[in-house]
Amino acid sequence: MSDREIRTFIPSRLYALIALLGLVSIALIARAVHLQVMETDFLQGQGEARYLRVVDLPTTRGVISDRNGEPLAVSTPVDSVWVNPKDLLQVPERIAELASTLETDAEALERKITQRSGREFVWLKRRIHPRVADAIRELSIPGVHLQKEYRRFYPAGEVAAHLIGFTNIDDIGQEGLELAYNDWLQGVPGAKRVIKDRKGRTVEEIELVRKPQPGKDLALTIDRRLQYLAYRELKRAVLEHGAASGSVVLLDVDTGEVLAMANQPAYNPNQLSAKSDGRRNRAVTDVFEPGSVMKPFAVLSLLENELVTPTTPVDTNPGYVYMSGYTIKDHRNYGLLDVTGIITKSSNVGISQLALQLSSESMWDTYTRVGFGEATGTGFPGESAGVLRPHARWRPVEQATISYGYGLSVTVLQLAQAFAVLADEGRLRQPSLVYGATNPPITVTDPRLARQVAAMLETVPTLEGTGKQARVTNYRVAGKTGTSRKASAAGYASRYVASFAGFAPASDPRLVVIAVVNDPSEGKFYGGDVAAPLFSNVMSGALRLMNIAPDDYEAAIARSEGVAP
Amino acid sequence: MNARVAFLIIVLVADVASALGVVYARHQSRHLAVRLGVLEAERDQAVAEWSRLQLEQAYLADAGQIEAKARNELDMRAPEATRILVVRP
Repeated sequence: MSDREIRTFIPSRLYALIALLGLVSIALIARAVHLQVMETDFLQGQGEARYLRVVDLPTTRGVISDRNGEPLAVSTPVDSVWVNPKDLLQVPERIAELASTLETDAEALERKITQRSGREFVWLKRRIHPRVADAIRELSIPGVHLQKEYRRFYPAGEVAAHLIGFTNIDDIGQEGLELAYNDWLQGVPGAKRVIKDRKGRTVEEIELVRKPQPGKDLALTIDRRLQYLAYRELKRAVLEHGAASGSVVLLDVDTGEVLAMANQPAYNPNQLSAKSDGRRNRAVTDVFEPGSVMKPFAVLSLLENELVTPTTPVDTNPGYVYMSGYTIKDHRNYGLLDVTGIITKSSNVGISQLALQLSSESMWDTYTRVGFGEATGTGFPGESAGVLRPHARWRPVEQATISYGYGLSVTVLQLAQAFAVLADEGRLRQPSLVYGATNPPITVTDPRLARQVAAMLETVPTLEGTGKQARVTNYRVAGKTGTSRKASAAGYASRYVASFAGFAPASDPRLVVIAVVNDPSEGKFYGGDVAAPLFSNVMSGALRLMNIAPDDYEAAIARSEGVAP
Repeated sequence: MNARVAFLIIVLVADVASALGVVYARHQSRHLAVRLGVLEAERDQAVAEWSRLQLEQAYLADAGQIEAKARNELDMRAPEATRILVVRP
């Protein structure tokens, strides 16, 4: 037996076998080398991709607050529900439970999930109420998951909506200051690299790729209480007079800070509707022909050029004047007035006659210096510069109309800025919306002349003046009414913009208030009847809220002594 | 020969010790990572609650609500000018 075996041993078979095995091992080694050396990067990358993950670390958007730190826009995490249809369809009996928790129709939900059964991720409902989220978490239905997202809330609602604006579903600013300061408010999401297991659980954190940078907070110059006051009074006035729109701006004279800025119509930023009606911050983006509120600046220009003094007499008889085919009319014939009287009575005839003595250049120069025709530079998205045409193209009649506020357009904020110049002895400050900004004043006119114009404006809210309803008890008020006809395709229509611009206390002005009501339709349309009461309400409330001492002592003391025991 | 054995033993011990050290450090890092996760979750929760409280406070302190309460429930109103006494400064 063994002999036979030995005899049958054939060396060539052994060699062949060895060679075969050798070839196989060489092939294996070659393949190993190939994988290890040539394709190592690719394979390693593919391998890591199966368990290494970069996870986003979300950050919050900064809080927008008012000047006292009261929040006006806050982001808070809310949950959104998503499902993996494959997992959920394995327990179809629980869909009804899920539907009732989400307050939706069970059949519709089932249909939706069945239709999308090929997918692995389907949003069910985004940004649900925390209570619903808790309920869903408790149900713990397979395949139903919660994803944390941020939602922005605006506690002030429509009151400050135009100024603040809003964000879209991805928390990116779309309007207002949310848009203007988006980069500042928006954080940079961080990222970390982690190892995950087959089921997607994080097993180990490898490194922090990028530290999350939360968004920075933004404090505005507005005061929530004043903003509410301005909004409430404006809304009431707009409703009362059936107006199409309106704006109120409240400016701090000493700093140029905007303390309140309200508009009508408004919208609720917490519940945006599809129509974009009323979303514009009209006080900044919309222009209007200001009308008589411009007269003080024409007078300022006359004073600067030493053409008149406050007591220079002006004959406004017979109450109208023809000027190259146009008739400029007064409300009634005021007869002989002085320059102060032109402001008191708001005489178009008087100011037109005086304005023609000015060179168009010097008038344009005064208007430009107080900020008309140029954006105020608040950085608000869509801010308008108004329209003040170059003086070289003014015709004489145009110069006359510009002196009483026709033929140029301004924004409410520009008007506030310009009236602050008169209030603050000729110093111009750029209005600011963000707290802590420094805006050094520029002296744009002679302080003495600014005081003279301010003194003239004090004669308007009196029994003789056009703005007697703008008076504020116990305070001296200075201001000017304006009533302008709205331009339409067919010339000037019998629709009006009523305005009142002024400041108080007149002895040491602290606040400027501009009130504009557009297209009142309930009969009254004069600035003195529509806008002056609005001005008075906002001003008296603001003076009280800001604890500004009354400066009209004599009247106040006389009154209190009258009733004192 | 003896010195060699001694050296070998030392190296061996050091090797085992460092291996144990690695295991320990690894354990520690996992442990700390878990703790970090817990604390971060806690922080996120606190931040979320803070924002919710801020909102709640803002809603409660809403000027409109306060005004309505003051006027309707407490029957408050701003005094008329005749009822304000002014003291000569």
